[in-house]
Amino acid sequence: MSDTGFEPVIGLEIHAQLLTDTKIFCGCATRFGAAPNAHVCPVCLGLPGALPVLNRRVVELGIRAALALNCTVQPLSVFARKNYFYPDLPKGYQISQYEHPLATEGAVRYAQDDGDRVVRIIRVHLEEDAGKSLHAAAGDVDRRTHLDFNRSGVPLIEIVSHPDLRSPAEAAGFFTRLRGILTTVGVTDGNMEEGSLRCDANVSIRPAGASALGVKVEVKNLNSFRFLQRAIEFEIHRQTEVVRAGKQVEQETRLWDTAANRTVSMRSKEDAHDYRYFPEPDLPPVEVSEAWVAEVAAALPELPEARKQRLVRDYRIPPAEAAQLADTGALTAYFEAAAAAAGNAKAAANWVMGEVTRRLKADGGGIGAVGVSPEALGRLIRMVDAGTVSGSAAKTVFERMYGTGRGAQEIVEAEGLAQIGDEERLLDVVTRVIADNDDAASRFRNGNEGSLGFLVGQVMRATGGRANPRLVNALLRRSLSDDA
Amino acid sequence: MELSSLGTIADVRAALRNGAGAVDVCAEFLDRIAARDGAIRAFTHLAADRALERAAALDGRGPDAPALPLLGVPVAIKDNICTRGLPTTASSRILAGYVPPYDATVIERLTAAGAVVIGKTNCDEFAMGSTTEHSVRGPSRNPWNPACVPGGSSGGSAAAVAARLAPAALGSDTGGSIRQPAAFCGIVGMKPTYGRVSRYGLLAFASSLDQIGPFGLTVADAAALLQAIAGPDPRDATSAGAAVPAFEEAAAEPARNPTIGVPWSILENGVDAGVGAVFTAAVETLRGLGATIVDVPLPHAEYAVPTYYIVAPAEASSNLARYDGVRYAYRAPLDERDATLDRMYDRTRRHGFGDEVKRRIMLGTYALSAGYYDAYYLKAQQVRTLIRDDYDAAFRRVDAVAMPTTPTTAFRIGERSDDPLQLYMGDVFTAGANLTGLPAISLPCGRDGAGLPVGLQLIGPAFGEETLIRVGAAYEEQAPWWREAPPAAGARGPE
Repeated sequence: MSDTGFEPVIGLEIHAQLLTDTKIFCGCATRFGAAPNAHVCPVCLGLPGALPVLNRRVVELGIRAALALNCTVQPLSVFARKNYFYPDLPKGYQISQYEHPLATEGAVRYAQDDGDRVVRIIRVHLEEDAGKSLHAAAGDVDRRTHLDFNRSGVPLIEIVSHPDLRSPAEAAGFFTRLRGILTTVGVTDGNMEEGSLRCDANVSIRPAGASALGVKVEVKNLNSFRFLQRAIEFEIHRQTEVVRAGKQVEQETRLWDTAANRTVSMRSKEDAHDYRYFPEPDLPPVEVSEAWVAEVAAALPELPEARKQRLVRDYRIPPAEAAQLADTGALTAYFEAAAAAAGNAKAAANWVMGEVTRRLKADGGGIGAVGVSPEALGRLIRMVDAGTVSGSAAKTVFERMYGTGRGAQEIVEAEGLAQIGDEERLLDVVTRVIADNDDAASRFRNGNEGSLGFLVGQVMRATGGRANPRLVNALLRRSLSDDA
Repeated sequence: MELSSLGTIADVRAALRNGAGAVDVCAEFLDRIAARDGAIRAFTHLAADRALERAAALDGRGPDAPALPLLGVPVAIKDNICTRGLPTTASSRILAGYVPPYDATVIERLTAAGAVVIGKTNCDEFAMGSTTEHSVRGPSRNPWNPACVPGGSSGGSAAAVAARLAPAALGSDTGGSIRQPAAFCGIVGMKPTYGRVSRYGLLAFASSLDQIGPFGLTVADAAALLQAIAGPDPRDATSAGAAVPAFEEAAAEPARNPTIGVPWSILENGVDAGVGAVFTAAVETLRGLGATIVDVPLPHAEYAVPTYYIVAPAEASSNLARYDGVRYAYRAPLDERDATLDRMYDRTRRHGFGDEVKRRIMLGTYALSAGYYDAYYLKAQQVRTLIRDDYDAAFRRVDAVAMPTTPTTAFRIGERSDDPLQLYMGDVFTAGANLTGLPAISLPCGRDGAGLPVGLQLIGPAFGEETLIRVGAAYEEQAPWWREAPPAAGARGPE
């Protein structure tokens, strides 16, 4: 934003729900979507006398996340109580970590088209989620607020980044990377709609070239990549206007209003909670041995950045495309299987990033929901490479294969989609196209090479895309020069 | 043995051996409560029917049923310990009508040992106080003099045992709440080492200080009760893994030549003359039975009270946040028109908590506030370590440290209710054991000029309850003060 004379400075705070079967301090299930208050007990309801007991699996997943973000796992971390009143917070405090988090100082490194990025991580800590308030909508007969404690005590990690991001796109890009890392190592399902992954942004601006940080505003409720980007854009704009008007940006917490497309003030610094943190006396400090860290590290799967580098190295795929294919482990695996079946990595990459991705996007599913097996896709690619089917007809074949379980060979034969390589049959079409398109033909004869493309297109159209384009090209040139 | 002369757990066991049923024992104690608790007000809720049913079920066990250590022993439970199906209110309006859906671990263990819960006992609200006057149910009375407080906060449990309304009871001790009422009522009360007994199901006051412990007429009875409730609990992360010794056997093997430390310097000021004289005589008794008495300095002991009144309210301010009117028990009535969430919180807590509880919530909230945390809470935690260091040094030389349990004997109801600071100072000898986590026992060692009981407190090394029991048993053998029953025990004492 150098055009305004101000530089935005952005840091993210990300909450991710950990993939455990049971809650952080009791044995209740963490499953999403159960009837309200189906998964509760005295502990997660905060009943008088109940006490928390730490679920060891939560620590293990926390260590895994910390290692994936290149953080230092602390041998001793301490739970603390964050005190505030809210109806869905049953104890009147949230058990979190404060002074001594599980892990500190890490970094996420990744390549973008315009250069390498390093976003440093301040800390990763463990905490419990609160319950959920279900408020009556305006006009409802039932004006009560209902409380669902199924989510109360669900384990979370909070990841806090340094303010190393300088634009809304950069923030969204980093959040995408982070999500990829966390889902790859299996600590969260990353489902933003169900609230398994949530993001707050700390946004400030400062005069371009300044090194001191401006007054930061925390923006909450950024539960999609799009909202994150738009909220930061809005906030930078708003803060710039405030400063330009000769006023001071106020330190406050703001909320992204998805309906109004703007951030609105939630509470000012004066109203900020004093959380009165103190060490949780009901839980001993969390001890993590070096051996435990080593054990978790050894079981860590390949991370997106490492996968990307492997794709570049092993398949000679350009870095930007490799990054796309390395987004998730499942996508990479699909590509690698298709490439092996096709015997052509470049074509497989094009197909996965092209038709496969387009179709998944249209259907709104992930690679797990793809309707063509990588092996079947590989066989289709082989047919294209062998000249059995044209590139454009192959797209039709792919659509017919999708979700039907039918093979490429079968579809091509049944529907007569095989490429027309028969010179005599094609020559008839070519002659007719030249006759029907006098203008284009003469322009070509007068040296306009571009007209040839138009004529090729007409031939392809007339053959339903089945003509071998190389042959069409040659026949057209020959016919046009013969005539002349 | 006549049922009317039942006093101790040992008496109950003997009666059952001689043909009485658990139902007979239970009915006897229920009869006494019906006859005499009107004057004492030890109980806030009686579980008469349930107790009799349970006793009948115990009587109906076949001849091959396993022996149970507390078979048919009626036990009174302080009202801040969760009992499934029985009201548990911590003597607070804010928990009026609250019935927990689960039993505290100690209740499960007592039940497994064959004990019969006969009722819930009065206490200072949320265990905050040392008189049992801060109860929504009104004060309990001292069986030795009904005009006097029984002590607190576990005053109802102590009074019940002293008045022979139950052979045993459970209390909780955060700054002296078992030992002080035991001393005021002339019975035995023990605060185990922090972590020895599970806190699961104890309504938290100050989590790093709270411990559940036993009341009994004798050291052996307290040991029997502790035996049943002690030991690690997977539901309490602060419960200790330490193996549980045979406490009852220890009570049968009195210590012969222990070394006892006495911090004479801290006893110079602020101890009533009557208490001082009785305590000095008790020390002589200990010497007489072979103990070596040495002077131990506890240079930081004088900071126990101020330290305690930072740490305990701080934790309480957080622990009591859950009583907000949202999910269970009391919610202040609100006019529909001005009903807001903040107003509901405000009125529920303003009206639901008593003054002493609100005072401590305010103190604790202040101590934890931004900008004050380091000066108060953190400093207090550091002083805690210094106090513990004093004791660790002492235990390199002695087996136990002895001092009076309290600087005075029981005082009159209402006498100190307007002077919280004076009441707080009464914790001077008891708060140290909570701040350090060390085990401590109070046993009766005589009476002052007004005929009110004086408590002898013995503090031991961590997980050294066995030592306290053995030294206590030795003293008790020599000076069986428990045999003298208070007037409120009716015609039954002295035995």
